[in-house]
This record gives sequence, C-alpha cells and structure tokens, in this order.
Amino acid sequence: MDIVVCIKRVPAFGAQVPLTDDGSAVDTRHLGFTIGPHEECAVEEAVRLTAKYGGRVTVLTVGPQDAGEQLRYALAMGAHQGVLVDTGTTELDPEATATAVLAGLADEPDPDLLLFGDASADAGHGQVGVRVALARGLPVVGGITGLDAENGSTDGNGDAAGNGAVSLRASRDTPDGTEVFRLPVPAVVAVKEGLNLPRYPTLPGRLKAKKAALRTVACDPEPGGLHTVGLRRPADDRAGAIPLGRGADAAPAVVDVLAELGKV
Amino acid sequence: MQLVVVADAAVVPELPAVARSVAGRDEAVEAVTFAGVEVPAGDLARELGGHGVARLHVVRHELLDDYAPEAWGSALATLIDRLGPSGVLAPATHRGTEILTHAAARAGLPLATNCVRLTADDASGHGGAGDGTWRLTRTRSGGVLLEDAELTAPVRLATVAAAVETPQVPLQAADCEVVESAVDVPPELARTRVAERVASETGLSLSTAPVVVSGGRGVGGADGFVVLEELAERLGGVVGCSRVATNNGWRPHRDQVGLTGTKIAADLYIACGISGATQHWVGCMDSAVILAINTDPEAPMMQRATYAVEGDVHEVVPAVLAEIRRRGGAAAAAGSDRSAAEESEPAAAPPVG
Amino acid sequence: MTEIPERADVVVVGAGIVGNSVCHHLAELGWRNIVLIEKGPLPDPGGSTGHASNFIFPVDHSREITALTTDSMRQYEKLGTLITCGGVEVAREPERVEELKRRMASARAWGVDSELIEPRRVAELVPFVDPDILLAGFWTPSVAVVDPLRAGALMREQAIADGALTVSANTAVTGIRTDRGRVQAVCTDAGDVETPVVVVACGVWSPRIARLAGAQIPLTPAVHQMMDVGPIPELESTGTAIAYPIVRDMDALMYERQSGADLEIGSYAHRPILHEPDEIPSLEAAALSPTQLPFTSDDFDPQLEQALELFGSILDRPDAGVRHAINGLLSLTPDGAPVLGPSPEVNGLWSAAAVWIKEGPGVGRMVAEWLTHGDCEFDMHGADIARFYPHQRTREHVRARANEGFNKTYGIVHPREQWESARGRKLSPFHAREREAGAVFFEVGGWERPHWYESNRGLLDEFGDRIHERPHEWDARWWSPIVEAEHLALRQRAAMIDLTAFAQFDVRGPGALDYLQRMTMAQLDRPVGRLCYTPVLTPGGGFRSDLTVVRLGEHHFRVITGGADGARDRYWFESHLPADGSASLVDVTSAVCTLGLWGPKARDVLAAATEDDVSGEALPFGTARWIAVDGIPVLALRVSYVGDLGWELHAPFEHGQALWDAIAEAGSPHGIVPAGIGVYGTTGRLEKGYRLMGAELDGEYDPVEAGLALPKVKAADFIGKDAYLAAREGTPAATLCTLTVDDHTSADGIARYPQGGEPIVTQGGERIVDRKGRGSFVTSAGPAPSLDGYLLMAYLPPEFAVEGTSLQVEYMAERYPVTVARVGRTPLFDPEDTRMKA
Repeated sequence: MDIVVCIKRVPAFGAQVPLTDDGSAVDTRHLGFTIGPHEECAVEEAVRLTAKYGGRVTVLTVGPQDAGEQLRYALAMGAHQGVLVDTGTTELDPEATATAVLAGLADEPDPDLLLFGDASADAGHGQVGVRVALARGLPVVGGITGLDAENGSTDGNGDAAGNGAVSLRASRDTPDGTEVFRLPVPAVVAVKEGLNLPRYPTLPGRLKAKKAALRTVACDPEPGGLHTVGLRRPADDRAGAIPLGRGADAAPAVVDVLAELGKV
Repeated sequence: MQLVVVADAAVVPELPAVARSVAGRDEAVEAVTFAGVEVPAGDLARELGGHGVARLHVVRHELLDDYAPEAWGSALATLIDRLGPSGVLAPATHRGTEILTHAAARAGLPLATNCVRLTADDASGHGGAGDGTWRLTRTRSGGVLLEDAELTAPVRLATVAAAVETPQVPLQAADCEVVESAVDVPPELARTRVAERVASETGLSLSTAPVVVSGGRGVGGADGFVVLEELAERLGGVVGCSRVATNNGWRPHRDQVGLTGTKIAADLYIACGISGATQHWVGCMDSAVILAINTDPEAPMMQRATYAVEGDVHEVVPAVLAEIRRRGGAAAAAGSDRSAAEESEPAAAPPVG
Repeated sequence: MTEIPERADVVVVGAGIVGNSVCHHLAELGWRNIVLIEKGPLPDPGGSTGHASNFIFPVDHSREITALTTDSMRQYEKLGTLITCGGVEVAREPERVEELKRRMASARAWGVDSELIEPRRVAELVPFVDPDILLAGFWTPSVAVVDPLRAGALMREQAIADGALTVSANTAVTGIRTDRGRVQAVCTDAGDVETPVVVVACGVWSPRIARLAGAQIPLTPAVHQMMDVGPIPELESTGTAIAYPIVRDMDALMYERQSGADLEIGSYAHRPILHEPDEIPSLEAAALSPTQLPFTSDDFDPQLEQALELFGSILDRPDAGVRHAINGLLSLTPDGAPVLGPSPEVNGLWSAAAVWIKEGPGVGRMVAEWLTHGDCEFDMHGADIARFYPHQRTREHVRARANEGFNKTYGIVHPREQWESARGRKLSPFHAREREAGAVFFEVGGWERPHWYESNRGLLDEFGDRIHERPHEWDARWWSPIVEAEHLALRQRAAMIDLTAFAQFDVRGPGALDYLQRMTMAQLDRPVGRLCYTPVLTPGGGFRSDLTVVRLGEHHFRVITGGADGARDRYWFESHLPADGSASLVDVTSAVCTLGLWGPKARDVLAAATEDDVSGEALPFGTARWIAVDGIPVLALRVSYVGDLGWELHAPFEHGQALWDAIAEAGSPHGIVPAGIGVYGTTGRLEKGYRLMGAELDGEYDPVEAGLALPKVKAADFIGKDAYLAAREGTPAATLCTLTVDDHTSADGIARYPQGGEPIVTQGGERIVDRKGRGSFVTSAGPAPSLDGYLLMAYLPPEFAVEGTSLQVEYMAERYPVTVARVGRTPLFDPEDTRMKA
C-alpha cells in the first residue's frame, strides 16, 4: 500500500503567540517549527500501515524551502521519501494549497491512500483534503481516529493495493458514538490526533533522514477567494484561578465544583 | 438570498441572525436541510420561522437518508446552484463544516471556516450579481489567535462558530414554508455512507477521557497514585501524570500529559502536585476546567487553572474522596426516595394518548 | 501577586538557585528584611535553573570553582535534594588520557576522591557503553544529580520561616532608582521597594536588570543543546531517576546520563550560538520556557553519531526516540568564571550571575558573607565582577570571548593558554619595537605583553646546557627555553622589560596619607621619595592585593599594582575613599608607561643614558626620583621583582618609544636584551621567592603564612589589622615554602615539569592537609636557571615546613621527589639581596 502523507510546517509556540509589529504574521524569530499533531498521527499511521502491508510512504509538504525540516522529521519517523512543493514564505489560502498539493502529486505514482491531518495546527481551515480528493475523483472522509485495511493481503509484499477487494475501515468519534466508513482504495483520509501515539524519531532515523534527498517542485498557485488581512490575539480575559481553600478543608468546595460539572 | 444550513439535529439560533445581518435589504433568509436529519422538517421550520427564516428546503434522495458526507455535500452544492444564494452559512460543527467543505469544493468556491464575526462589505454591492465580499474574523490555532480576512466570491460560504458575535438585527418572525427538493446524487457517492455506528467504547484512553486526574512531583512516588486512581474512577476518568512522574518511574510513559506525552482536552483536568511548567501546560491547557492542587500557591498551574486548592495532594485528595462518599451516600438515599415516588406516579396519571 | 513591602534591607532579584541561596544565607547571617522579586512563577520561573541537567562533577582545575562546587554539594545534600550516582569522564584520544591524569592532580589537590580506570571498568559501571572505543576513564564516585528547584524552594521556606524573607513572584522589575551613583529603590509592576542593596541573580537576564541601574554585568546568553532519548527498557526498569553513573564523553564534548526511562544527551560541541538578553522570549511567548528555545537539529546531528558510537547498545533501537530536545540557555562570560560581588559602577548593586547549578548554593553563601562581612570564606578573586576592565564589559568583548570559550567547556585547556579573539586591545608604546624583536605576546587585562622574544633565540647557544628544553609537548606548550636564556642574560648583563600593564593610581589630598595607611599593612608614613611594598588585606586578614606605594609629595602618593588585578584594586581603593573628600584617586594607568631595567650592568646602562646621578648613594634601594633619560622625564624607582640591580622607569606614555630606544642604545655596548614576562613573572621571581597575587597570595592565606609579616605593626588602623594581629600571635597553620624538584624523570624516561596546581604529598603518597583543612598544592612552578633547578612554591603545615624535608609532587598521575629548600621568604638566589642593593 503506497501512501502519501501531506504535512505542514507550523510554528510551535507557547501560551502567547508573538506577532510581527504589523500584525501580518506570527513572529517566528524565536520559535521552532513542527508538524501539527494530527499530521504527526498521519505519518505514524502511514508508517504502521506500510510496515504491515508493505509499500512506501511519501511525505509531501507545501511551503517554504525550510519546510524540508518537517519532511526530514517525518522521514526520521520512518517515511521513505519527501516532496517539497516550494511556494515561498507567504501563507496560502486553502484553494491555493490544494492546487499546490495537486502539483506535487502530479509526478508521483498514484498512491493507494492519501493522508491529511484533519486541519492544520495554525490556520485550521480543514479543507485541503476534500478539495484534493474531489480534484482527483477520490472518496474522502475526515476526522478519522481509527484506520485499518480490510480484506487486504497481509503478506507484506506490497500488492495489497492491487487487490480489488481491498478497502479501508475508517472510524471517527461523533458526539453520539462512533461512525465507521468502508472506503475503496484509492482514497483520501483526514485523520485526527488520538488515532495513534506517534513515535519519536530514533537517532539512526534522524541520521538517515538528514542525508535523504528531497524532491522539490516549484509552484506559484493562483490565490483563492479567502484573503488574510491580519492576525491578532484575542483579548486576555483569563480571570485567574478561583481559590477553593487550603488543605482538607477545601474538600466540600471541590466536590461542589465536581457536582456542578456533573461529575459526581 | 442567504442560505442557512441545518446539518445537525438542532437549529443553531445564531445562524439566521448572522445571515440576516449580511443579507441585502431585499434578500430573504432561507434554510436547507437533509432528509436524513432526524428532526421532523415541520419542527425545524417552526423554529426557523421564529428566527425569521421564510423557507426551509428539504433535499431528498435515497443516498441522503443516512449521513454520507460526500452525498450531502453534493446535494448542497446542487441546491446552491439551483437557488443561487449570495451567501451560505453552516454551523462550525463537525457535520456542518464537513458538508459545506464538500459543497465548496464541488462548487469551486472559497470557504471561510470557524468564523466568529461576519459583516458584508457595503461597497461590494452584495445581493446583486457578481462577486461580493465579506469581512470576517475567524479563529486559528485552537483559538489562540484571531484572523481578520476578506472572502470574495459570487457565493460566500462560511461556517460559524458557536462563539460568534451575534449581530443585533430586527427579527421578524415568519411562517416558514417547507419545500421538498429532489436532487440528483451521483450513485458512486454511496462509497462514503456511514457503514456502521458503534456505541462508545467503555474503556477510556488518556486522550479521550472526559476527566483526567494527573499527578506530578508532589505525589511523591508510585504509591501516591493510588488515591488519584480512586478519584479518577469515581469521576469516570483516567490517571495521567507529569514528566517528573514518568522520569522517576512512578508511571509508564503512556500516562504522561504534556509536550512529550499526550495532549488532552478533557472536560475536567485535575492537576495534583504539578507545578505546571509550560512543557506540561501545553498538554492540558485545552481542557475545559482545570483544578490545581499544589502546596505552592505561586506555582504556574495554580495561577492558570480555573480552580486552585493550596495544599498537599495527600491531604486534599483523600478529603475530597471522603466528601464524595459522604454525599454519595446521602444522594443515594435521596435517590431511592425519589424513585419510590416515581413508581407510584403512573397509577395516578392519566394515560397518554 | 504578593503584596510587596515598601522598604527592605536588601532586594534579591531572581528566584533561581542562586537568588534563593543568597536569601537563605543572608537570613542565616541575621538579615531580617529581605525581599526576593521574581518575574516568573514559582517554583520554576523559567530560567536556566528549570532546565539544567542538574548533575555535579566536583573536580575542576580551578580551586575556587571546586570549593564552590563541593560546598554546594554539601548544601544540596543537607536539603535532601542530592542523589549520588557517580560519574566517569571518558577518553577516546591519547591527549585526553593525559588530561584525565591532570584531573587526577586537581582531584588530589582539592581533596576529591577520584580514580583513573580502565575502559573495562567503565563498562562495568555503565554497562551500555562500548569500551572498545575508549582509552581510559576518570571515575569520581561522589558525582551527583541534584534538584535545584526543590533546593531553592526549601531555602526560601526556611528564610520565610525565620521571618526574614518576603517573596514576590510574578513581579517584574521595571527600574532600579539610583541617586549619585547609589542604589535607592527597586521599581516593580507591583510597586517600589526602597533599599540600599540590590542583588542581581537573574541568570541570562542579569545584564538587562543591571542596565536598569546603569551598570554592566558582562555575560551573554548562549545555547547548550540537550535531548532526551527513550524510552529505554534497561533504564525504565530501574524505576528511579538515575541508577547509573553519568558519562562525560570528553573528546566528543558531550555527556550522557540516565533521566528516568530516557538517556539525556547534552553537547558543548556545537557551534557557539549566542543570544541577546533583551531578545529572550517572555514566559508567555516561549513554547517551553524562555530559556528552552527551539532545538536546531542541524547543530546537533554530528553529536548523534558520537552518541551512537558510545551508547549504540541502547540508542540504536527502533523504540527509543528523541522525546525532547532543546536549545537550553546558559550564561557565558569572557573568561568562563562567574560574575559575583559589588558592581564597580553603581554602589549597592551586586551581581550573583553566570553561575552553574553545581555552584549555586555555594555562591549564595559566599555572596551573603561578602555582603555581610566584606569578604567571604573562599577567595573569589577569579569570580569578582570588579575583575573586568571597562573594555572587557562591552558587548563586543563578551561575545567574542564567549564565542571562543564555548567549545572549551569540555576542552583541554592549557593553564597558560591564550585567547585568540579580541586581542590587541591595549598596546604599550614599546609595541612596535617589541614586534620588531619578535615578541611572543601574552595578554593580561587586555594588554599585549611580550612573554619572550624570538630575537633572543641566539642566546640559547650562548647559554648552552644551562638551559633546559622541555621534551614533553604539554610542558613546553606556551613556553620557550628562550625565557631561561633571557633570564641568564639579565643576571649576567642587563635586560629591559615592558611593565606598562601596571595599573597606577595617583592619590592626592590632605587625607591621602591617612587613607592609604588605612588601606595597607605597611608603614607608609615615610619621607617623600621613599617607596614601599605592602600587602593589602581583606577585612578577614587575607590578601586582597599586594602592591607598591611611592610617596611623591607630602600629600601625593602613587599606587602601582599588577595589570592582572588592576581593575579589582581600583575598585577596592575607590570604594574606600574618605567620604569627606580629603583624598582623591586618579587612575593614571593610561598616562604612564613603564620599562624595567635590571641586571649587573643596569647602572652602567642608565648612567649612559642620563646626566643625572644614579649611583647607590644618590638613588639608594627603595627610593624614587625624577631623572631625565635622553631628555625624557622619568620617574626612576629603585626596586626589583627579579632581584637584580635596576629600576622601574616610569615615563609619560607618549615618550615611551623614545625611552625604549634610549635604553636600548645605551645598553647595546653592555649586551642588553629585551626580556619577557616569563623572566619577570616566573623565573626571576621564583629564584627570589617573591610571591604573586592570585598564586601564592589570596584571601584564604594571611601575611604570617605567606612569610610577609613585617617586623613591626604600625600604630595606624588598617583594614584586616585585627586578624593580622591575631595571626601574629598564633602559629601559622601552614607556611609558604619553596621546594626543589629532585628528579624529573617520568616512568617513560623523559623529564616532566609540573606547571602549578599539583598536590604536594608525603613520601608515602598521602595528601597533606593543614589544620584549617587546606590541602598543600603547587602555587607556582618554574625553572631557576641561575640555580640550575626547578622550583615549586607551596604552603605546608608546620610538620612539613622544615627545610630538607623530602616530599613528592603528583603530576600527570606520577609522583616526583621534591625537597623543602626554603621555609619563609628568604630567597634561594642571592639570599642577602646583595645584587639588588648593590
């Protein structure tokens, strides 16, 4: 089963996000970058599925050259190859991002499974997977927290995808319970954190990833209809903790709160 | 026309108001729902009418009888094409977002998700033909940031968060007419119907548990977690821990909440003897309510939590358990009284027709 | 936010391990109105204390740092926050094996139990390392990990319980109000606190806080990368935070330690990554904490390979991942030492910065004592903030040296090693001539001083086998046999030595004499024209300095002191000036150049260059007089640090080159040579038994022990007098002795030369410790070409301070026989001083 995982380079910040003076962007001078947690789960799932059923994992990102760092992180987790769609440092809207992803996929062999995170950790539009799926005529489901292949060959020789009987069992949590989908492959799935516990890259993995060559595709997609004007922080209305007392004497007040929350 | 999507079993009351506020003077606010939505169309229409919605379109197709994201999205796209609204609003629920995203992709339109503020740009001449513009504010990064944006399209699509600023617009209650609309849905979209529904798992995991009782340095050792386990069980939750606890071998790594462990978003997070270094904080900050128990009132967790108890975990937690038991006993006693009263009720009540 | 008091006796800013410890020890010493202000939350405010790896290796080549470290370990242990796990420094390269042997000497000298072990033994102690790539290990069983956050919290709690401390966390310092150069108040976002004393214990933020008062704390935040790799079942199964000894992979400039289920890997091998104190992100804006910045993996990748080599057995696993990796911030200073004590720029502003976890509690104790008594138990001259000259406090200097110094953290640093960056900052007027003569420059206090001259290489033939080559590269590094040749030329003919690095202060005014009498131990109430060598004591009676004072007029004195300690001395003298303004001090260092002229032919040389009478009658030993040398006004001081006839010739700076040329020309017929500081500071001085500040002399030894007690005690009161009188009454716990090395031959059959810092042990190999607990070690070492020997100085307890006693010096893990040649100050060379007084 060949899998492409789309990931995004996002700033890793603390409780307060520093912004540039003009408010146009996050001030990343002192921030590190990471892959969002949903996408980390996507990489993990891809690595596990290919370990189980064979096949290769390609990680694809859309962004600046520096996003190679995130591709290498995914490679260190066990992905096999990386594609960087270089769109420069300006953030793209969801339509343009989908165009860029499609450009990156154009020269790749058709994968059996295209994985996305449910939404990026920064912009959080949550649309790219659906737009890409539609453009490629593939089925798509999102919010997935459980995923496996069914009826597939498990001999690990990589031809699970070639077997027409293969389908995916994808499940997701809803307020009422769990919804399960059965999808034919090829398909697009957007996953959520909780799907698995992503591994940390191993030391040998990091060293291997450092040396790996990345395929770079240049792309300058047309902007879509959603245009970011600026960013700002919401007004800080954190009231500070409500003291419930000291020591054992606080117990009644604590249980009052638990009762109010419907927990006892 | 502004179109409001009813995707779930309930009407989100803010939506018609927002739709009205971005509507042109002569524009109507109408709604669309799907045959598969469980609430009878008549009930929805009554409610929508109260919010000034003039018409409710119910799209029908055999593939819409149960939830199927692609089929529902396709049907919505068809209806948008048919009705020609200048704006479509859906609730920023999982389903609302999913359907509208599918519809946007199919209609080749942009979409703004998670909006908390929407205004129509008067200069853009909305309501007429051609592109119009909405100025909007949407949340990013889990709400840590707000993004001001402009959405320009012949049909503006947005999902609206529950926390939206509700515009003050005059509301005229209307008789909401129910219109059945049959649509074509490509048969292959059956591929993404919900194939089965599974009842919620009984076993709780750290990432999904509604309550997490977490322990850190202040717990003092592996044995100290026994009372935390008892409290977690009482509250229907699980035990978590800080990095100090895993590093000291008090708990396995899978229990670790934080940057290097699991990031959670529980209804209730109880941090016992955890100072709340950012490394830990980022793992639990998305929880709705945080209760901190710590001997040091200056500890960051005590400052940032919703509630704070100053004291030793091994005094506070047993006292809380004792209090729960005490009240539980009282409640159980009161509960049995009530059920006894209810049992006698039917006999006195008239039969319901 | 705690309510903040309006007034305090002292405000400590910063609740890391250092600030907490300062508060604790101030409370112990009786202070009762202490306020601790911390910008961040407690117990972990977000500074370096919160993310450090928290392990302690006690052995350092510096006595001062080792003392602070071992004191800190005692304190951590007393607070129940120390776990002893042992630690081993491993060598992959032969040169490192030598360094580990040198560490053995330091361990013995400072009294820490350590052992050189075979790779096999390393693998027994830490079963996951690959012994095949190792050559040796340096095993210290007392190596420990500590919990500085917990220790700090306990220290605060004790001080609060004593009713001595108010803590205000989550409170930002917004200003420090000063008036006429003195601290008045600390301004915060929770209100102002009036106080005469502020202690800046803000770690990497210290420069920023000091600047609020208009002062500089010369340090820079710098990155130290670390990562946690795990889970590792072998570590997890121990069920504890640390069950195996810590490994310092010295040649890789890395360490590896167990941290629960993980192996923590830290590096000092990556490129220096310096930050600006003003640009450290706030607590809110930081992803982890302000001092845990995003990991830059490219910088660390080469270290991964090194770690895999040594710990492949547990790191090369599919399940063990990089769970946590940071660019941690720590403080770097221009010379690597802490920055402690009263700021020379603002009265009442104290620094307690650039301190590692291993030194924190000890530094707190020393700073508290210093604040209370004016000095402290350990000699802190190497950490004194006043040691920096103004140019050394600039951002450019701090960054240049920090950049160069970072990779020396685990490096092999020769005791004489010179810096490469920020050189050529201060040049004497002789510099052009010195360069022409092939001077090899060493730096002191920013000055470029010739250590020897390559132009004198020809002298090697002249003096032939009286000169000792050093066959071992380490002993010969930063040294030249030319030094010995220059020495012999001086003793035989004459030599000129550039002493312009001297710091010189003019003290004037009607109160000048009384003021200087109070500052110094010797009697300065002498006739005009007399000069006087005198110790300067600490309040506790140890050495603060030693220097020369010349009486130039009734109310006019010149104080001349060494370039290494000039900045400290200037602060000490300035901070004690009389409040009534009856004496003033002007630093004339930049106005004066100094050329030393010594040797049996010195008088002939000088006489040829001046028309003034320079005979013994006209200019006897111990006097000073203005003369004209080739038309240049020169203050000639008849004094010597090398024990030969001659003068220090002090001239206006701009006349320097002409003075040099005049003496060189006059000396040419007499075979004069330029000589470097190697002769002045080492060979000439040692033969004459002269003591050197910072080597033999420091705050932990008194004049009686150093053999510098004077026959009479002057009537005038002076700083340290009570302690000095008490010392004169008792028997010294140790006496400074000069020893000769009897046999230099190592086991390899080559001659080895101790460099200083080595332990002196008994013939049976036992450490020698005096009744005050101070071990005997080599304070200075060097050749005595005129005596055909190699001399060591060391303080010895009375039972060993007996001439003729046979002892041993431990050098590079071998012992060499030595003999006590002299007890006390009488020189081995020319004991009657006939040459000097000729």
